Amino acid sequence: MAKLIAGMGTSHVPGLGAAMDNGKTQEAYWKGLFEGLEPLRQWHEANTPDVNIIVYNDHATEFSLDNYSTFTVGVGESFKPADEGWGPRQVPEMRGHPELAWHLIESVMADEFDLAVNASMDLDHGFTVPLSVAYGQPPEWPTAVVPVCVNVIQHPLPTALRCYKLGQAIGKAVASYPDDITVGIWGTGGLSHQLGGERVGVVNPEFDELFLDNLTKDPLANTRLSHTDFMREAGCEGVEMIMWNVMRGALGDSVEEVFRLYHIPVSATAYGAIILENR
Amino acid sequence: MERDYDKIPGTYPLDSRTYRKGYHVNMFLMSLNKASCRDEFSKDERAYLDKFKMSEEQKLAVLERRYLDLLKLGANVYYAFKLVSFDRQPPQVMYGQMAEPRLTFDEFQQMMLEGGRPITGNRSVEEWNNG
Repeated sequence: MAKLIAGMGTSHVPGLGAAMDNGKTQEAYWKGLFEGLEPLRQWHEANTPDVNIIVYNDHATEFSLDNYSTFTVGVGESFKPADEGWGPRQVPEMRGHPELAWHLIESVMADEFDLAVNASMDLDHGFTVPLSVAYGQPPEWPTAVVPVCVNVIQHPLPTALRCYKLGQAIGKAVASYPDDITVGIWGTGGLSHQLGGERVGVVNPEFDELFLDNLTKDPLANTRLSHTDFMREAGCEGVEMIMWNVMRGALGDSVEEVFRLYHIPVSATAYGAIILENR
Repeated sequence: MERDYDKIPGTYPLDSRTYRKGYHVNMFLMSLNKASCRDEFSKDERAYLDKFKMSEEQKLAVLERRYLDLLKLGANVYYAFKLVSFDRQPPQVMYGQMAEPRLTFDEFQQMMLEGGRPITGNRSVEEWNNG
């Protein structure tokens, strides 16, 4: 049977990808952050699963005002890095895992979640930056992926609790997958994040750190936050943090935090990363 | 209809109200994902904009790169990034231009290096008005 080994949360700010793509990680602005990410990289090297289920959001790349599903699962054999306005990132294509993706869809739909299915979506920085954070710049990505896209930009959004419950259903789906494979699940986006308007650049470390603490101490507390709570406390786009609830929901009751990094700033935001091992 | 997040200052989420107001300007911005559209826009910005059913006000805000006005006219920031990318500028230029008070690229970077805009005093319109 498949085994869900761990969850990772990470921000997915495009600047992080650009810093790696353009060889800037040793510059003063980035050096501290990338040094801080070293143990995370080492953990990933020692714990590479067969597949990563990556929960991310699209940024007006594949999905837009014309067609935006709340939850979309990618069933393609492979996925290309997207052109989101400055040409595609020069990173390897991503290898899908249609068999696990379809199993997940069947299992999660039976648990009352109505998912959209997509075979051809290109993946933007919301997806490719976390891969770069975890694996650096390999000639090909070391794992297959199952993309799970969540609408966190066009209201109404799924609630924080709905995201957690989706995670629980995903965890159940992985546990019932018949092949002996190892699986990781990533929640991406956030943390403090206000990208537009006169209040741009708002950062709330107390809120972010409490959210990170709650992932081990009281994960349900993070499901009781309203969208307005996130938007007021962590910035308008801080609401992306609800995607971390999908990751946390998929893990068991007992998890151990083995890595955490919190760093200000990355562009206009606060960077956060965490690794939670399933116990 | 009012929303509880309307009380958050300087914040422009994409909801059904901005969706309708900003539909055409956002679809223009999204079109810049395509290299062929970027080429066409770069040849004659005005002519390209005229292909979209945007208001004159929205078109002028695009041509003059007035980002805060764009948000007020219904554009969403995730979409607005496409225009910043088109100009090959770092996003901090847009951030600084939208900030209250306005900040240069360096001033915005400095604010972030010092920990970002503090949340205290920035939670509600009321706090701003009493500010």
